[in-house]
Amino acid sequence: MNMAAHIADAAASAPQPAPLLAIEGVTKLFPGVTALDRVDLGIRPREFFALLGPSGCGKTTLLRIIAGFEAPSSGIVRLDGRDITRVSPNRRPLNMMFQSYALFPHMTVRQNIAYGLEMDRVPAPERRRRVDAILDTTHLADLANRRPDRLSGGQRQRVALARALVKRPKVLLLDEPLAALDKKLRERMQLELKRLQHETGITFLIVTHDQEEALVLADRIAVLDHGRVRQCGPPLALYETPSNRFVADFIGLMNVFDGTLTDGGIAVTGLGRLAGAWPADRRGGDAACLAVRPERMIAEPSTIPDCPNQWPGRVTEIAYHGQDLTVHVRLPGLDRAVLVRASATVNDRVRYHPGMAVQCGWRTVHGRILAE
Amino acid sequence: MAEGRPAHRALGTRLLRGHLWLVYAFLYIPIGVLILLSFNRAGLPTAWGGFSIHWYAELAQNTAVQRAALNTLIVAVSSTLIASLLGTLLALAMEQRQRKAGVLDAVLFAPMIIPDIILAIALLSFFTLLQVTLGLHTIVLAHVVFNIAFVCAVVRTRLKHFDHAIVEASIDLGAGEFTTFRRVTLPAIFPGVLAAALLAFTLSVDEFIIAFFTAGPGQGSTTLPMQIFAMIRFGVTPEINALATIVMLISFTVLFAAQRMNRGVIGAQG
Repeated sequence: MNMAAHIADAAASAPQPAPLLAIEGVTKLFPGVTALDRVDLGIRPREFFALLGPSGCGKTTLLRIIAGFEAPSSGIVRLDGRDITRVSPNRRPLNMMFQSYALFPHMTVRQNIAYGLEMDRVPAPERRRRVDAILDTTHLADLANRRPDRLSGGQRQRVALARALVKRPKVLLLDEPLAALDKKLRERMQLELKRLQHETGITFLIVTHDQEEALVLADRIAVLDHGRVRQCGPPLALYETPSNRFVADFIGLMNVFDGTLTDGGIAVTGLGRLAGAWPADRRGGDAACLAVRPERMIAEPSTIPDCPNQWPGRVTEIAYHGQDLTVHVRLPGLDRAVLVRASATVNDRVRYHPGMAVQCGWRTVHGRILAE
Repeated sequence: MAEGRPAHRALGTRLLRGHLWLVYAFLYIPIGVLILLSFNRAGLPTAWGGFSIHWYAELAQNTAVQRAALNTLIVAVSSTLIASLLGTLLALAMEQRQRKAGVLDAVLFAPMIIPDIILAIALLSFFTLLQVTLGLHTIVLAHVVFNIAFVCAVVRTRLKHFDHAIVEASIDLGAGEFTTFRRVTLPAIFPGVLAAALLAFTLSVDEFIIAFFTAGPGQGSTTLPMQIFAMIRFGVTPEINALATIVMLISFTVLFAAQRMNRGVIGAQG
């Protein structure tokens, strides 16, 4: 058993704290579309939880139901055990950071941040103290008297964050908080978000379509597709032991070989019968796939020792990423090239070249047979 | 080839610029002449008798003109206030009915497009049918009719740039609907509302035909444009030029302010 599965098992057997925020059988129907289909989730106290999925998977709808801007067609939202499904959004102890940041354009940074405390009728001295504290934490003290139109994207993002955090919500909801930032700034803000979450001890629930962002930020991730939770677990478990084809394909790069289940493995068109454990509740003849991460693939100039799954192939393309490179290898019988990740040391770069003949394959333990 | 193109473009640019000046001259020379003649010492519009502010002094003595000016102010201010309130609310209501906005827009803009004379007759018939006594109040109502359309149109362009998430953000931060409107929605669209109000004000100050039809008999509800029209029947004197200059100056100032306001709005977005 590999390390990830081991960790996942250990996590599963540990005593679970009661969920702070519980989503129980939430379904949302829009005319002609099922946006959410009986979603069950439990978000634990002080957790950094991510809802991950492609656009239109229902993740934003779920966030808006939790915030109270949409009512579920059926199902219950609980906070600390209390049913808040029918509580109006301005009475929920939750705050949201909007994708567009939604800063009030006619107010200064300080006024923006103080607004929520004013609504709670926090006395002026305490309000001032709390706003000052959060301005410090988010490094905005110098900008307190500026209007949003005089701020950069990253600064606006921090104001939006401070405005929601200053109310000390039970759960902070973040709707694609970093989508509008460029890559460098996004990476810096990811660290910033993690730091703020540690410092404040507030539970964060983030919605994102960026699987890399979810992996970096979250303690646990729920992957959504077509309104259903396809898998929920820590990043490592999702990456190393995806439980279905969608999750395997959506998170990271993956070589997916389609086939049908046969005795003791899977029959893949063009590659033949490959050994492996069946997914649960499946029978022989069922459609399934075999998934192998590019970094588990091996491509050698000569026969790979101790490796039953290997075929002769030809290198078609090499993509250099800086820290590593992706080698595209064409295997006879397959209509798509397989991806092999190799370290980008000078040695490897010299070794591979387009047109080169290689032996390509993987060790049996690294292939996972998955249902659709 | 590569060298020929900039030269070609330069010629086109120069022609276009020439055209620009010609059009502006065409638009503004008559107005310039009008203003110039208001300072004419002589009493005839055709001959220049030297510079004088005599006609402005004359105007200051003319009680009929002063009364008309007061009427115009009453009509413009009241119709602007009413139309701004109703037009803004209408724009907000239309924003919630996005899907029907096309039809609603077309119907709403009718008062902007219908010839004034037709609108004037329609309003007069309507008031007569209801047996409303005509007077300043009917002019106000009539001006509200077309001003609502203009206010609504201006506020709607402002709402196009409006991030509706700020309304949700306000509610999310604990505010009720009314507080959200007072503290967030209204301040955010206020520059647009102000620009719309200023536009409505100038439209009302200048408006003649509709006021003429809905003013009713007698001198009591004569507005400035109506007064000018009455005076002009006894010949164009520099006094009228002076009056027209003042009216125009007010309109220009307000319109310019409105434009600045709207530019500020767009600038703040960018």
